[in-house]
This record gives sequence, structure tokens and C-alpha cells, in this order.
Amino acid sequence: MKTNQYANVIETHKVKPKIVKNMADSFFFGGLFGLVGQIIVWINTNVFQLDEGLSVTYMIIVMILAGSLLTGLGIYDKFGQIAKAGALVPISGFANSLTSAALEGKSEGVFLGIASNMFKLAGAVLVFAVMSGFFFGIIRYLLVQIGIAPALDHETVAFIIGGCLL
Amino acid sequence: MIFFWAFIVGGTICAFGQFLMDRFKLLPVHVVCSFVAIGAALDVFGLYDRLIKLAGAGAQLPIMSFGHSIVHGAMDAAESQGLIGIASGMFELTTVGITSAILFAFISALIFNPKS
Repeated sequence: MKTNQYANVIETHKVKPKIVKNMADSFFFGGLFGLVGQIIVWINTNVFQLDEGLSVTYMIIVMILAGSLLTGLGIYDKFGQIAKAGALVPISGFANSLTSAALEGKSEGVFLGIASNMFKLAGAVLVFAVMSGFFFGIIRYLLVQIGIAPALDHETVAFIIGGCLL
Repeated sequence: MIFFWAFIVGGTICAFGQFLMDRFKLLPVHVVCSFVAIGAALDVFGLYDRLIKLAGAGAQLPIMSFGHSIVHGAMDAAESQGLIGIASGMFELTTVGITSAILFAFISALIFNPKS
């Protein structure tokens, strides 16, 4: 069989990624995360009488706790196969990458296994967060000095401090 | 109304991540890292603040908010301390998230055993 014929055969038998279905799954489960998070915020403000910033903080903590526990129980990875990016992008995906890397190294002990393996996957996120935060932080600082970008609106900061903690 | 927008915005961000993964054959780590950078970039003109005001948890749960709050903490400290505030205030707003992620990951790694 000629090489180009072979390439054609390969092309017809290739499994096409189901882009639309995957996106719909991610949309549904990602949206569900947002909705559940907002319901937790609502409960925190209206049932536990916390202020706006603190109730978001506790919502983030609950989500991280849920992500770690479900990873430990082995449920989050199965859920991730259904939800795809819907399980990866929310903050519980960050908790999942920490916990699964730590669990993987457990056989090597607490210090060399759990502690030093924990940031194997999530370390990249922190490095890029610092790099991009520094880069865009300097850009915004200079733009604020010139007067192009808006200075920090302190009404928003009061809402966001304790608010978007991660 | 905020519940509706939380669903729509949270879903859209995740669907966009899945689209990048399928269309450009990216690994999860590429998507997560670029989302953090996008979140930081959207905070330069304060665009992400508006999204948070609109969608609440739908904008605060995706990892984009991590980049956003890193720039936000940096700008908050830079206002009082000058340029060095970018370095000293960077993790100001994200500490609770990182601390609790490490804490819970460590505890659950001690309790549970790997499944596979």
C-alpha cells in the first residue's frame, strides 16, 4: 500500500473528538459548580448571617474540602471523566491535583512522598500565577500611574477582599 | 438572577477550556495555566471585577479568579507601598485558598490510600 493511500485510510478511521458533546458536558457541570457555589454563598449570608466577603471565603473552603475528600475517596477522578473540563477548571480541580499527586507519592513516606510530591502537578499553576501576576501587575501599575487604567475601586476591594480568595 | 448568571458564566468558562483542549490538543495543565494568565490579564482594566459582580460564584470558582486575585492583591499593596507592593501583596488575597488546599490535601493523603 502506498504511503498516501495509507494516510487516507488512517484519516477515515481516526476517532474524531466529539467537540460539541464534550463542550456541552463541560458547560453543564461547570455551570452546576457555579450554581452550587452561589447557593452555598446564599446559605452563608442568609442562614449563618456572614458578610458578603466571608461567605465567599467559606464557599471556596467548602469547595476545596469537597475536592480533596472526593479525590481521596476516588470519586472525583470518575466524575472528571464525565464532566471533563467542568471538573478541571473550578477550584476543586486544583484541590484534586494537589491531593492526587500527594496520594500517588504516599508509598514513599510522609516527607519524601506526600510533602514533596504534592505540588508536582499544581506547581505549574503557581509558577504561572506568579509570572503572569507580576507581568500584568506591573502593566496595570504603570497604566494607573499614566491614568489609562482605572485605579482600584475601594468599594469593590471591600467586596473582593476575603471575596475571591482563590 | 445571580444564580442564573452563575450557571451560565461558570459553564461558559469550562466549555471554553474543553474547546481549547479538544481543538488545539492541549493538556489539562496548559489550559489551567493559560486560564490563570487570562484571569490576570482581564484584571488590568478591571474587567473581571464586573464579571464577578454579575455572576458571583460562577466567576469566582473557575481558576481564572486565581490570576485575578493575585493581580488584585498586588495592586492593593502597590497603592500604599509603591512598586515593591506588587511583590509583597501578590498572595495577600489568595492565602486562604492555598493554605486550605495544602491542609486538606495533606490530611486526605494521610487518611486515604491510592485507589489504582
